[in-house]
Amino acid sequence: MTNEELKAFISAHTPEVTFEETQFLNAIIPSEKIYPLAKYLRENPDADIDYLICLSGVDWKDHFMVVYHMTSRKHKHTFVLKAKIADRNNAEIHTVCDIWRTAEFHEREVYDLFGIKFINHPDLRRLFLDDTWGFPLRKDYTDDITIVSL
Amino acid sequence: MSSKEEIQDVTELREEDFMLNIGPQHPSTHGVLHLKVKLHGETIMDVQPHLGYIHRSIEKMCEASTYRNFIYLTSRMDYLSAHMNNQACSMAVEKGLALEIPPRAKIIRVLMSELTRIASHTLWWGAMGLDLGAVTPFFVGFRDREDILDIFEESCGARLTMNYNVPGGVMYDIHPNFQRKVKEFLVNFKKRYHEYDELLTGNVILHERTKGVGYISAEDVVSYGCSGPVARASGVSCDIRKWQPYDGYENVQFEEIIETGGDCFARYMVRMREMPQSVHIIEQLIDNIPEGDFQAKTKAVLKLPKGEFYSRVETARGELGVYIVSDGSMNPYRIKFRSPNFSNLSALKHMAVGGKIGDLVAIMATLDLVIPDLDR
Repeated sequence: MTNEELKAFISAHTPEVTFEETQFLNAIIPSEKIYPLAKYLRENPDADIDYLICLSGVDWKDHFMVVYHMTSRKHKHTFVLKAKIADRNNAEIHTVCDIWRTAEFHEREVYDLFGIKFINHPDLRRLFLDDTWGFPLRKDYTDDITIVSL
Repeated sequence: MSSKEEIQDVTELREEDFMLNIGPQHPSTHGVLHLKVKLHGETIMDVQPHLGYIHRSIEKMCEASTYRNFIYLTSRMDYLSAHMNNQACSMAVEKGLALEIPPRAKIIRVLMSELTRIASHTLWWGAMGLDLGAVTPFFVGFRDREDILDIFEESCGARLTMNYNVPGGVMYDIHPNFQRKVKEFLVNFKKRYHEYDELLTGNVILHERTKGVGYISAEDVVSYGCSGPVARASGVSCDIRKWQPYDGYENVQFEEIIETGGDCFARYMVRMREMPQSVHIIEQLIDNIPEGDFQAKTKAVLKLPKGEFYSRVETARGELGVYIVSDGSMNPYRIKFRSPNFSNLSALKHMAVGGKIGDLVAIMATLDLVIPDLDR
């Protein structure tokens, strides 16, 4: 599908979506909508998004963004889904790891470094750090011992 | 890991099962990876990888670095593909600056990438022999790798963490000996290549230990997000050099190696067959390095426009993605590295469960994990 067709396709399922075009097509949705839309994109044969390339978190100070880079190997369209988590103090989003199993480790990483909880994740433990650490990739994280700034 | 969890794990064991800790210091994990393996006799019931022993939070350090500096941190992720890591970062920055790099720089980058790939695969081959109990391959692999590292040392000034790429091209021009030495290496490598097959590929012990071991299907490979030789061994075409050619890969002839076995032997064969393809790419380019600049002119302080930039590169282990979020300042707002080993590791449990404990070593060897790339 071309970007225009993808836009129409996603809007038909999730009307709350807004779009941005950078290098890829970016579809921005509220975090509650992620699971039904992800399932729809995976299972609908016209979209057939079977390969989740990358799952990352971004801290925008007033909200979090969970960014999914995804591609269809059959139709060769690549695009970016962004789920906006407005509640910074109680950041939660539904897991997608029963749709793409690679998400299990990626979501654990995001939980470890941002403190975003993934609802229904089968094994949500911290991946790199132990339980006493803060969440280092949050912008308000400070570490007085290991100073990583110029 | 908290002690509470540990107790829970133990109580879940049936009377005849037991828990085995492999690593963090174990030769077959090739670094500090800790695997908790639940065994029933010799049969693996569960594998839990524990990461973080060399977590340095490179992504956090990048946020404090400039767009020139952060590239060098990535040499320390997958140190056997250091050049490709640098290349992916440079490409992402070049995308942000809308910078076209000179043709000479492109060819040099591709040559160095393919030499790195051969060096990485020869090291993997030697280490794989060592894991399975054969010592000789290690020396044979290192002999050829040594020649490549000498070439790197002359042109880049370093043998492992090359730091040769900069946004806009490469840091220095190639050494005057570069072409002669690469040609010498290619002649020697092709002359000696039959030794690789004689030592391991045709070895009946290797066949017994790898055929039918650690099977993973094409659907599972895609679902687990595997890439590189691991995915191609299950018949999944995923070579970024073919899918989204970069830095002039569209102009060279080579074959994307695909095997359909899905087991350890197929993964072994993919890497073995990739080495002659890399040789083939180098042969096409080594006499055709165009004259001209090796670096495009850039400002001293790089500032990327507000936005997001993503670049994908095929390293020796699979797809490396670099995702830069820029807020318009001189430091990146957020950088994420989608490292190939991280996704490949998530398939380990699927491959190992149901097999024997000895198979785990063969599976780890053919996954070809580099631990700093997992932990970052």
